[in-house]
Amino acid sequence: MTEKDTDSSPETGSDAAISRRDVLIVTGASIASAGIGGHGANAASSVANIEAPTAQSAKVRLSVNGVSHLLEIDNRQSILDVLRERLQLTGTKKGCNQGACGACTVHLDGKRVNSCLTLAVMHDGAAITTIEGLKQGDTLHPLQAAFVEHEGFQCGYCTSGQIMSGLACITEEHAQSVDDIRFWMSGNICRCGAYPGICAAVRATAQDA
Amino acid sequence: MMPFTVAQVASEREAITSAGGGGRYIAGGTTLIDLMREEVERPSSLVDINRLSLRHIRLERNALVIGALARMAEVAAHPEVRRVHPLIAEALEEGASPQLRNMASIGGNLMQRVRCPYFRMLDAACNKRSPGSGCAAIEGVNGGHAILGTSESCAATHPSDLAVALVALDATMRVRGPQGERRFPIIDLYRLPEDKPHLEHTLRPAELILDVHVPVQPFAVSGRYLKVRDRSSYEFALVSAAAVLDVRNGVVRAARVACGGVGTRPWRMPAVEAALIGQRPTRANFETAAAHATQGARALSGNGYKIALLPRTITRALEMAGEKV
Ligand SMILES: Cc1cc2nc3c(=O)[nH]c(=O)nc-3n(C[C@H](O)[C@H](O)[C@H](O)COP(=O)(O)OP(=O)(O)OC[C@H]3O[C@@H](n4cnc5c(N)ncnc54)[C@H](O)[C@@H]3O)c2cc1C
Ligand code: SF4
Ligand code: FES
Ligand code: FES
Repeated sequence: MTEKDTDSSPETGSDAAISRRDVLIVTGASIASAGIGGHGANAASSVANIEAPTAQSAKVRLSVNGVSHLLEIDNRQSILDVLRERLQLTGTKKGCNQGACGACTVHLDGKRVNSCLTLAVMHDGAAITTIEGLKQGDTLHPLQAAFVEHEGFQCGYCTSGQIMSGLACITEEHAQSVDDIRFWMSGNICRCGAYPGICAAVRATAQDA
Repeated sequence: MMPFTVAQVASEREAITSAGGGGRYIAGGTTLIDLMREEVERPSSLVDINRLSLRHIRLERNALVIGALARMAEVAAHPEVRRVHPLIAEALEEGASPQLRNMASIGGNLMQRVRCPYFRMLDAACNKRSPGSGCAAIEGVNGGHAILGTSESCAATHPSDLAVALVALDATMRVRGPQGERRFPIIDLYRLPEDKPHLEHTLRPAELILDVHVPVQPFAVSGRYLKVRDRSSYEFALVSAAAVLDVRNGVVRAARVACGGVGTRPWRMPAVEAALIGQRPTRANFETAAAHATQGARALSGNGYKIALLPRTITRALEMAGEKV
């Protein structure tokens, strides 16, 4: 596994080493106020408990598609926002941001989840797979290729979520029939209505697997 | 989203201490993060309880015990749950989506908040969100709202499917707080709105749900959950019914019926159950019994259809349970 120190601040070093580019990105995500302070930066917490933490950000290690990242993360940031805005992995999409569409589906420690409702600070040490992690070199993953072959999309916005969910569906053995797929893929909405193609692609890949 | 701190706790005692200091428990986050983003919920500190060992699912002598941190997906897939309480597995699988069920915990599911659209709209009147502000739903869009247990102050339904199943099965809940441990029937977790809809549940400050205990009865293998909704999956219930039947020698010996989508809390149907005892399990008898379900029901401008839909849903759920006895 390769190690990538994304904020260019060594684990033991100073948080001040954060790059200008990251500051701009953080500001762009409108979390600048609390995002780059270290632990204890907000020492004047009102919580009357000696054990209570005071920081509104934390250092979090995430392994994304096999690459390890050490990031100072605002408590409010979802894994979706970290992927898109900190790591520039924009293949994972934000549809509703409230768990209702599935566009943000990624695999977290091997399970499909909605990354929009997942706080990154609660997943220190987690392994995440996104759509960017599926292809081998220049070769598409068989499910990606099947989506092309079966026209499993139109605008493509929901597609990365569909593929991540479809892949989980196959490994969960919930792709035994088209009815099965329809039920177990129901967490992924397609506004273009490409459902027949999506089901066909998942079914074909499950049969070949 | 307002800023907040996050405490990682390793023991129940630590969790309860942190919550006692004003922290809010977070498990899967699928209700809480969503509402915090909308600023309907504004906790200044969260207590991440996911490291506590409350993820057990096991059969004890007379009860199925499910830890508060067990995930909806793993409970639904558990072979013992499917064997002794298929109703629980079905109610779970009919809720939310596969992704959400991988994240969402049993404790969080039972504590999830209402889905009334005005509750989430900060500029709408809502007594539950801002006590005393009024209720926009009573005169507004209320097609999804309750017909049982409503008040002038609030008519939002309790959205959990699992809670309906557990109430039908006489489940209890074990909780621990600063004053120690206690156990009570899950139905008692939920309050009626009356004139204080902002008070939803009966947990005391900092009380942590540990697990739920579901008594095992042989006839529970007949349990079925029928959920009627606007689309066939990934949607909350308009009306749902959990039904369990004990039929011996062609006669109903015991029945358990509870409904969702119609009450301000999960709604047990004792009058329907009583009317089934001693009857033959026929559709006509199910219909006669199910007619008792709407006693005391009151419709708003948009949800009168539920008064017709409720007995039909119960009838069909009873037929489904009857097929398994
Ligand atoms: C799009 C969508 C569709 C959905 N559809 C359905 C559906 O059809 N049927 C259904 O039943 N549900 C549905 N849900 C709701 C979902 O099941 C709940 O959000 C989920 O179960 C909550 O669990 P959680 O672990 O994520 O809770 P969290 O969000 O972590 O917590 C929810 C609440 O419970 C409290 N809490 C959590 N654990 C404990 C504990 N151990 N002790 C005390 N308090 C605790 C928290 O403080 C918080 O107030 C849906 C949700 C979404 C987003
Ligand atoms: S029904 Fe209840 S939750 Fe909905 S607006 Fe009225 S008070 Fe608020
Ligand atoms: S963006 Fe996460 S479910 Fe829609
Ligand atoms: S392809 Fe357009 S939303 Fe699915």
